[in-house]
Amino acid sequence: MSIRNGILALLSEGPAHGYQLKADFEQRTGGTWPLNIGQVYTTLQRLERDGFVQLAEGAEHEPSERVVYAISNTGRAVCREWFSTPVRRTQAPRDELAIKLALAVGAPGVDIAALVQGQRSEAVRTLQELTRLKITASDTEDLAWLLVLDALVFQSEAEVRWLDHCESRLVRAASSRDQPTRPRRQTTSDVTEVGAR
Amino acid sequence: MSEPILVLDDVTRIHGSGENAVAALKGVSLTLHSGEFVAVMGPSGSGKSTLLNLAGGLDRATSGSVTVEGAALQTLSRAALAQVRRRHVGYVFQDLNLIPSLTAAENAALPLELDGRSPRAARAEAMASLAALDMDRLADRFPDDMSGGQQQRVAIARALVGGRRLLLADEPTGALDSETGDAVLRLLRQRCDEGTAVLLVTHEARHSGWADRVVFLRDGRVSDTAVYTLDPAAKL
Repeated sequence: MSIRNGILALLSEGPAHGYQLKADFEQRTGGTWPLNIGQVYTTLQRLERDGFVQLAEGAEHEPSERVVYAISNTGRAVCREWFSTPVRRTQAPRDELAIKLALAVGAPGVDIAALVQGQRSEAVRTLQELTRLKITASDTEDLAWLLVLDALVFQSEAEVRWLDHCESRLVRAASSRDQPTRPRRQTTSDVTEVGAR
Repeated sequence: MSEPILVLDDVTRIHGSGENAVAALKGVSLTLHSGEFVAVMGPSGSGKSTLLNLAGGLDRATSGSVTVEGAALQTLSRAALAQVRRRHVGYVFQDLNLIPSLTAAENAALPLELDGRSPRAARAEAMASLAALDMDRLADRFPDDMSGGQQQRVAIARALVGGRRLLLADEPTGALDSETGDAVLRLLRQRCDEGTAVLLVTHEARHSGWADRVVFLRDGRVSDTAVYTLDPAAKL
């Protein structure tokens, strides 16, 4: 997504200047996608050039330095089109973690099980942080931000589930490799202690 | 730091004997203090439910010790163990387990009445516990007249009635939709912030986000632990 659609969506709610648009966008998305003000103004100029936005009525005569933009009818149509078109995830994202795991299979000296566990703990810590942000958010005032938080929570949950699945797959692969040899014997070092605080 | 509410020390649980022996839990140690929320995750058969049953005195460890509110469970007689369970341990299950012929208040008062408290005193405590979960207004309703989320609130009120400080929850949101489930987790977190120790068994990673500590079990052992330490403002 380019920020073009985001700006048009915000302008469909009413005229605004660049700083307002930047602030509104970041407030709703909780800073997950920080915008550069220069980028906002460049986009607004392009949108104006293409006829999707125009200077708000009377804005040209205002002494204020900040230029207020309003969405045009063509811009409104583009915005409606964007909202009514489902987002298609056509290209698999280049997920560094998936690639790292794929390359860890067979890489000498890499403990892939430890890699999976470490990554899962990291994903759970992310879930803990996101959940605390949810606790402090207001159900009404922060509705837009809560939707974004939920998206991040479900993405992290999916990552944990996927890593659980990887762990099981690795254990199964290791046990089928070990099967012809002797079964693993329990040793005193197998006893695990969980950290008390 | 205050005395821990729950301590599992090097706990092993073996079912069967000889060649048929199956170790469900192998040398697990875990400590919960007042106000701590610990989630236990792991695949089926990893020992999650065994851990919860041992923590609540529903099952006995083959070796190692389990201590609840200072009482070493393995040293107790059957009657004394039952008393520790009634007085100190609250359970919340997936299938709620409310008695359909009793009202919310009667369900919540039940553990105290079983412990020999007068019905009047038990009801007063039950009403206080329901009020803490904003359910006192539905005290005289029967379970069938309540939503799943409301029933689970009553189950939590019953689990914590009479000042019990240890709450063991086994997939408590399994029967609820995700938003109602979230609300239940939020309640558990609140109870925890007011001093309860919560041990939650779940297979939903999302729920582990509410915990201070997440313990992963695999084949009866703790495979790793994630501890929440960061300042939430530091992330986003």
